[in-house]
Amino acid sequence: MFAELNAILNTSPDSFKQREFILVSDRRADASFLVHHFLSFYLRAGCKVCFLGLAQSFSHYNAVSQRLGVSLTQAKEKGQLLFLEGLKESLDVLLGRTSDTGSQALDFLRDPAVGLRCLYEFVQASVSDSGDGGEGGGGPPVLLVDDLTVLLSLGVSVGSVLDFSHYCHATVCSQLKGNMVMLVRCEGEEDEDEDGDEEGSERLLKGLTHQCSLTLHVQGLPTGFCRDIHGQVEVCWRKTQKDKPPNQKKLFQYKVHDKGASFFARGTSSAVL
Amino acid sequence: MAAPKKSVGSSFNATSFQKKTRSKLISIPGTRPSVQNGQLIVSTGVTSLDYLIGGGLAVGTVLLIEEDRYNSYSHMVLKYFMAEGVLCGHELFLASAQDHPDDILQELPAPILDDIASHSPLEGRMQLGGQYASQDAMKIAWRYQNLPKVQTALASSSRFGHYYDVSKKMEPEIRQAANCYAFYLPEHPTESSATRSPLLESYSALLQSIQEVIRKGGFDGAAPPSKSRNVLRIGLQSLGSTLWGDDLCCRDNPAHGHALTTFLYGLRALLRSSLSVAVLTIPSHLIQNRAVMGNIIRLCDNAIALESFKGSDRETNPLYKDYHGLLHVRQVPRLNCLLTELPDHKDLAFKLKRKQFTIEVCPFSYFPI
Repeated sequence: MFAELNAILNTSPDSFKQREFILVSDRRADASFLVHHFLSFYLRAGCKVCFLGLAQSFSHYNAVSQRLGVSLTQAKEKGQLLFLEGLKESLDVLLGRTSDTGSQALDFLRDPAVGLRCLYEFVQASVSDSGDGGEGGGGPPVLLVDDLTVLLSLGVSVGSVLDFSHYCHATVCSQLKGNMVMLVRCEGEEDEDEDGDEEGSERLLKGLTHQCSLTLHVQGLPTGFCRDIHGQVEVCWRKTQKDKPPNQKKLFQYKVHDKGASFFARGTSSAVL
Repeated sequence: MAAPKKSVGSSFNATSFQKKTRSKLISIPGTRPSVQNGQLIVSTGVTSLDYLIGGGLAVGTVLLIEEDRYNSYSHMVLKYFMAEGVLCGHELFLASAQDHPDDILQELPAPILDDIASHSPLEGRMQLGGQYASQDAMKIAWRYQNLPKVQTALASSSRFGHYYDVSKKMEPEIRQAANCYAFYLPEHPTESSATRSPLLESYSALLQSIQEVIRKGGFDGAAPPSKSRNVLRIGLQSLGSTLWGDDLCCRDNPAHGHALTTFLYGLRALLRSSLSVAVLTIPSHLIQNRAVMGNIIRLCDNAIALESFKGSDRETNPLYKDYHGLLHVRQVPRLNCLLTELPDHKDLAFKLKRKQFTIEVCPFSYFPI
């Protein structure tokens, strides 16, 4: 968890806003460090976390989280973390093996036209399983998805992904008063003319931006590559907050370290000053 | 340092992405732990490329090479990769839809080994002779007299990264010492199945074949620990081309738009759970849709693009006469850590010399693309 980002977002593991849908997106950059931040943040806060780790293996997330001070294996054993390892589960389906023990969550790989209903049912079962009596942490449930663009690459249509996020939003945020963090990765310029239906991630990004309450958009620097400043993060609060004007935006630059990331206002990087 | 990792399930941790702690050092010939993050890495066969991608190719990852227009240099890099596997004693898996893998293997470049190795049978006889030893008796460094005078070819393979002479072909004896699995698409007749999965039959057959090799060769750790572990090098040539049955390269709105990306996802899943490393080439200059190319790159861990000057007006441009083309590093992976190790310079040019494939920083800027 990055202390400076907590200060920017005005949150801490002890007190954070509930019913939030946080959309993390990037364009020609890698915003996965923010997903690691939110994962360790919510685990520290004691929430019950359902993590759909579609992009990387479990040991990758575990190794990074250990650098951030949280152990995923321990959280999994305690029941606080429910981890769907997309890579491992997908092999059974892709190789045509029928397994009785595997979860049905990735059944959409057999026929992407069917949609993400199975995945949603997995999420619903994970977050509403409150029968453990405090074992899984007393906090509200949190859903983290890394990342949605992988689903598009596997043939799922944009409409299905939007439906999935809408259903998850209704269950996790509205019904169970929890939070949701999703990562979408884009390629190409924003103002380009998108012809054809292939550019799904742009439409997905627009659709999700409409649904969410907080966006964090990561981009490279407009002036080009720099070793000391890895890029810029644009934070946009979409829902109106109490004393602040709606749609407030703030721009920061960041640098990723071995054990965290530092955020600073534009032009105040330690390399420059 | 960190909390000790508890192994989940079987005694062998199911993925090769382990932080190599001091207690558990897997010593496989041809690999070494990376100095940057401790990952187990292998050499790609091109020493300058190793330097660009952080010391070497991490075991369990995929390197994507976007082909140059005539597939000459990317094919060469693939051959370097296979040749390096032969020298290190790794096992090879080569898949192609166009050339038969055996033909590709016969064209591997000859390694440049130490000269002493070629004299080994002669000197061995001299050692046995004994009477001749007095001529070579050492007067000062007599302690070293009884050490063997020859270095065999095996000793030189303990180096990380070798150099090759592209004008010569690898000796058949050296080549046949390596175990190579071949996948030649025309030999795998695929009938169109009834599944509505986005994966094409050709890719599905390839994925099954790779998985079988991994399982039978024990690369996924299922083999008994008595058998020494080895790395499987997978080379896939020209994936996504029409010879694989994919129309990604010939249509703007392909019907099989997600076949290749689904295959890459399955390949990543296989690689993360085994001691294998893959290099694949894709004719990206034929793919019109940039978003699809972006997805493909993101599903591979390392990605470079080769752009040769052949046939373009830069070939006769005196500024570029020292180089054969440009090399772009599209992506470098983040493995078990937050950081990537991006190369410092973005303007890189390559030149295929007889004994070396050099990659250098272009000393001048070129036209922005």
